[in-house]
Amino acid sequence: MKLYRDEGIVLRTQKLGEADRIISLLTRRNGRVRAVAKGVRRTKSRFGARLEPFTHVDLQIHIGRSLDVIGQAETIRPYGEALGGDYPRYTAGTAMLETAERLTAVEKEPSLRQFLLLVGGLRTLGDGSHDPRLVLDAFLLRSLAVAGYAPALTECARCGDPGSHRTFAIPSGGLVCANCRPTGVATPAHETIGLMIALLRGDWEVADTSEHRHRQECSGLVAKYLQWHLEHSLRSLRLVERA
Amino acid sequence: MYEGVVQNLIDELGRLPGIGPKSAQRIAFHLLAADPADVKRLSSALTEVKERVRFCSVCGNVAEDEECRVCRDPRRDLAIICVVEEPKDVVAIEKTREFRGRYHVLGGAISPIEGIGPDDLRVRELMTRLADGQVTELILATDPNLEGEATATYLARLVKPLGLRVTRLASGLPVGGDLEYADEVTLGRAFEGRRLLDV
Ligand SMILES: [Zn+2]
Ligand SMILES: [Zn+2]
Repeated sequence: MKLYRDEGIVLRTQKLGEADRIISLLTRRNGRVRAVAKGVRRTKSRFGARLEPFTHVDLQIHIGRSLDVIGQAETIRPYGEALGGDYPRYTAGTAMLETAERLTAVEKEPSLRQFLLLVGGLRTLGDGSHDPRLVLDAFLLRSLAVAGYAPALTECARCGDPGSHRTFAIPSGGLVCANCRPTGVATPAHETIGLMIALLRGDWEVADTSEHRHRQECSGLVAKYLQWHLEHSLRSLRLVERA
Repeated sequence: MYEGVVQNLIDELGRLPGIGPKSAQRIAFHLLAADPADVKRLSSALTEVKERVRFCSVCGNVAEDEECRVCRDPRRDLAIICVVEEPKDVVAIEKTREFRGRYHVLGGAISPIEGIGPDDLRVRELMTRLADGQVTELILATDPNLEGEATATYLARLVKPLGLRVTRLASGLPVGGDLEYADEVTLGRAFEGRRLLDV
């Protein structure tokens, strides 16, 4: 049987048969991969907790006829450990995993930038230095940017007119100027747009000092914007809890 | 594709957990070739289980009456409730003979990626049971994996205002697995050495 080696983050696990699981991973070189872990649900499994969601693992995978099979797995970093005991962080992290899965629609299509973004996002979430919802929103915005859907925040999404426009039009792709403005669209606070820009750039100094109401408005816009591009809402997003 | 009734059977079998289309086909043809009396027994076992077995109105365990065997037993300690994900976890814990309280079966674990939140589990029913102040200890025996851990964390935080003793099955249970696969000795030990959860 052919074999390959890669590292990846466990996105999701599904029970299979008596004691197996199908493990979905976002890998560094092979994009999103689904592979079977045999016997992983038994308490004496050699895999232990290494194939739990959020774990960064080094893997040996056998190419199977229908599904690949995981031969060996070594932990690089168990990001889940910091999350199981912190419900808001756990739910924010799960929304990150689901987003990474949804944005890598085609299996085994390499997506290095999405992988690096996820590793960075989980690391930031786990170290506990920022509000988990901010970490999630930063991840969602940057993931959309990597997928080619960065919202226009410093110019009009339609005509490119630079400046800080007031209207956020999701179908148009971000802020729009007074001339391009469609009817019935949101006009978020200046500070909310500022927060979105900070999150997209990774400017934590600005993000960390933002006010609660602007964080909430930002989360709402990001969620709607994400849903528009994914064409479905994320299942886990409605379960994300604010710390 | 086979003719009507055979394909129906294959489709129905294929909807069972862990049975793929190939296994479904194999089982279907096994049943076709089997002794009619054997098949009759299987079919009446299926009908009977759906007619007679339901879920305990108190704890959510499988029951043949309004209440399950554990809830009907007057010798069980009413002050301790052990929270598990599935009825099969009740069976695993009963085998250890370590636990003399009653159970609460959630019907799964919180799994945001599958869209399963606290409202989709029997969490509200648990809070109702805890309301009268009779229960003093809550043991959180959800699976020793991440979803089980996160579910325990959520519940511990939810019941915190009630001031109960909240414990979690202790070390010795290897993480990553399902509770039902833990052997009796390990599970028994995990019960004895349960640790206080402080959130
Ligand atoms: Zn314009
Ligand atoms: Zn009962």
